Amino acid sequence: MTEHATAAGPAGLEDVESFRLRARVWLAENMPRLVPGQNDSLEAMMQRGDAIWPRARELQRLLYDGGFAGICFPREYGGLGLTRAHQQAFNEECAGYEMPLALNTPTFSICGATVLDMASEEQKRQHLPAVIRGDEIMVQFLSEPRGGSDLAGVTTRATRDGDVFILNGSKIWSSGAYAADWALCLARTDWEAPKHRGMTMFLLKVHQPGIEIKRIKQVNGNNEFCQEFFDDVVVPASNVVGEVNGGWAVASRQLFHERNAVGGGSPYVSGGLGPPRRGPGTHALIDMVRATGQSDDGYVRELVAEAHAISRVQQQLISRVTDGMRTQQLPPPAAAIMRLFAGQGSTRLAEIGVEILGSHAVVSAGEAPGGHGGVVPPGGNKDGRGLDYGLSFLMRQAGSLGGGSTEMARNIISERVLGMPREYAADRDVPFSQVRQGR
Amino acid sequence: MDYDLTADQKLFRATTREFLEKEMPLTRVRELADSGVGFEPDWWRRGSELGWNSMIVDPAAGGDSISGEGLVDTCIVAEEMGRLVSPGPLLGTNLVAAALSEAANAADHAGVISALMAGEAVASWAVYEPRRGWSPWTPMVQATADGPDYVLSGVKDRVEAGDQADYFLVTAAGPDGLMQFIVPAAAPGVTVTAEQSLDLVRRYARVDMDGVRLPGTSVVSPAGSAQTAVNRQVQIAVALQCAETAGTIQRVFEFTVQWAFDRYSFGRPLASYQALKHRFADMKLWLEACQATASAAAHAAARQADEADELASVAKSYVGQRATDIIQDCVQMHGGIGVTWEHDIHLYLRRATVNRAMFGTPSEHRRRLADILGV
Repeated sequence: MTEHATAAGPAGLEDVESFRLRARVWLAENMPRLVPGQNDSLEAMMQRGDAIWPRARELQRLLYDGGFAGICFPREYGGLGLTRAHQQAFNEECAGYEMPLALNTPTFSICGATVLDMASEEQKRQHLPAVIRGDEIMVQFLSEPRGGSDLAGVTTRATRDGDVFILNGSKIWSSGAYAADWALCLARTDWEAPKHRGMTMFLLKVHQPGIEIKRIKQVNGNNEFCQEFFDDVVVPASNVVGEVNGGWAVASRQLFHERNAVGGGSPYVSGGLGPPRRGPGTHALIDMVRATGQSDDGYVRELVAEAHAISRVQQQLISRVTDGMRTQQLPPPAAAIMRLFAGQGSTRLAEIGVEILGSHAVVSAGEAPGGHGGVVPPGGNKDGRGLDYGLSFLMRQAGSLGGGSTEMARNIISERVLGMPREYAADRDVPFSQVRQGR
Repeated sequence: MDYDLTADQKLFRATTREFLEKEMPLTRVRELADSGVGFEPDWWRRGSELGWNSMIVDPAAGGDSISGEGLVDTCIVAEEMGRLVSPGPLLGTNLVAAALSEAANAADHAGVISALMAGEAVASWAVYEPRRGWSPWTPMVQATADGPDYVLSGVKDRVEAGDQADYFLVTAAGPDGLMQFIVPAAAPGVTVTAEQSLDLVRRYARVDMDGVRLPGTSVVSPAGSAQTAVNRQVQIAVALQCAETAGTIQRVFEFTVQWAFDRYSFGRPLASYQALKHRFADMKLWLEACQATASAAAHAAARQADEADELASVAKSYVGQRATDIIQDCVQMHGGIGVTWEHDIHLYLRRATVNRAMFGTPSEHRRRLADILGV
């Protein structure tokens, strides 16, 4: 079960219920309300275009000034130093308000969390308070065009030159990089060491000479994903996170936070109820069932119930696995269990959506910009919300890819939770310069 | 069970596990099955001394829990019984004892409650009726008022431990709607006939009631309040059942993982093949999810939370399906030995399959969930 809110919190902390009531009052007086019926999911917000980023900064600043930012981050770095239970209470109170959801992942839940765990004192003091104020948006520069799951095979090169490193190469699948300020960038610094022992993690300023950012359009029209090209980018050596050639330790921690975030178990996610989800929730689905006259169809009713059960079980699983890791009855790689459920669950939810909506999911009323009905217009589909379900279906596999594929999650669960033998790796203990590279 | 059990709950679990492993190992379960016995009354009495039947009974009627959430504590027993596919009328006895203790006229039932808690008497919820699915709110058994008495007529079937029960909690259609009665198995007009069950030691029976005359004190749930009482009993039944199923899949998964390490093909352990590792990863996910939702349903019912009905149906619809998926996959991992009488895995598959079907199938609970959600 979750950590239960008790009347008296851990020593010296405000108790959860008093925090909740204070948040309720403050939110009502200070935060903008969502229009009733407005889809408040991050996915829906993303469809509003680039303006989401400056808006997120404003909203975060509002939270910071009100004393409700960085709830689970330590006080010395600008946070509140409170518990998961406080964060949960705050999230419950946020329903109906416009929140800076775009900052949750990766800025708070992955990058901020990794900086907190792995960076130097100076780096933490430089970045975390700025992140919590909404002044600094962070992004991950991990994946590369040549390798998806084989993250440790990065070939972006960082060459030492006195007090600086010079970066060359390319990164990809970085969400919102064009709007970000700082990146955690993994690059190869020793090509003669075996692959896991020759990488270094850098804090990299995103907008600087030598970095070109190209946006990638996805099948639903979203163009938040980016690819970056590095051409002799200069990074001060003081921006190394952890040890030179010790980047894998930092990346591993980052991956843990990523699985936690994608699975829905991160304590640094603020303002959104429950795990990230693809497509609208139960109530929206019930509205669509009514709008399409299927309320009396027993099969459709069962599908709605199944979709609801998946969402509930996902929340229950997150609580359980989080408890298991906290009490050390499950090892940290068990975060992959939450990640795998998110992938399987979103797959089934996408299926249920198109099964219920039927032809309404593929042809909807309303004018599509430029005659392209296959993307969501800015502002979302006003008249043809059925098409949202069709688009969610087109994006179905994204839930099993982003944040580490479900295949990788299965490897991690079987090998590092169940202790089964590791997969054969041709590049193990081989100098990276001798590892065969494909295209 | 939960990862954050209290020290007292852990001690209780250890005591229960020790008792079951010593007194009712699988070899003993098979002996009972061979001799056509459901459970031995003396064994049940000794198990009851550990507190198995007193934790969800209202404290005013003599109940006493370990953690303050008696249903969660009882789920610990259910889960341990699932690990060893134990016999015994845990679900029915607890459900009926709780219902009696929560009745407005609980004092009238004090003697029965004491006997149930002590394991000296056995009770079962008679709720299914011939040729009908899961419809506990609309019984066909008739209860007619006759002066201060009631007369019951009709048939119940699929009554758990029916042929060894001393009391039945019977749902019936009274003059003003749904009611529940406590009916002694020995009452004139009651005829009990054993039925066949897929489970080797969990037996069921048909209960014919032909003009069974009962005093007014045998009413447990009068018209008006019976709906709520039945809802609560569904919560309890589903919580105990899902906890037991969680125990069965936990144990099956443990010995199947071990098998994958020990069994070699082509000079390698099964556990080294990625195709199989990925299936084990899926099973581990489903196992944790089953445990999570079973636990959430138990806590909600124990606290009598507003969402207890909803979470019961969420849990049953999920666990019912996934548990049998897991065990069938584990049969596949074992190969041919998995479909032999000799291997124990079929004992677990039997229990999980019976639990999947009884007290509402996954489909029946999805339909109920749709009603609760207001689809």
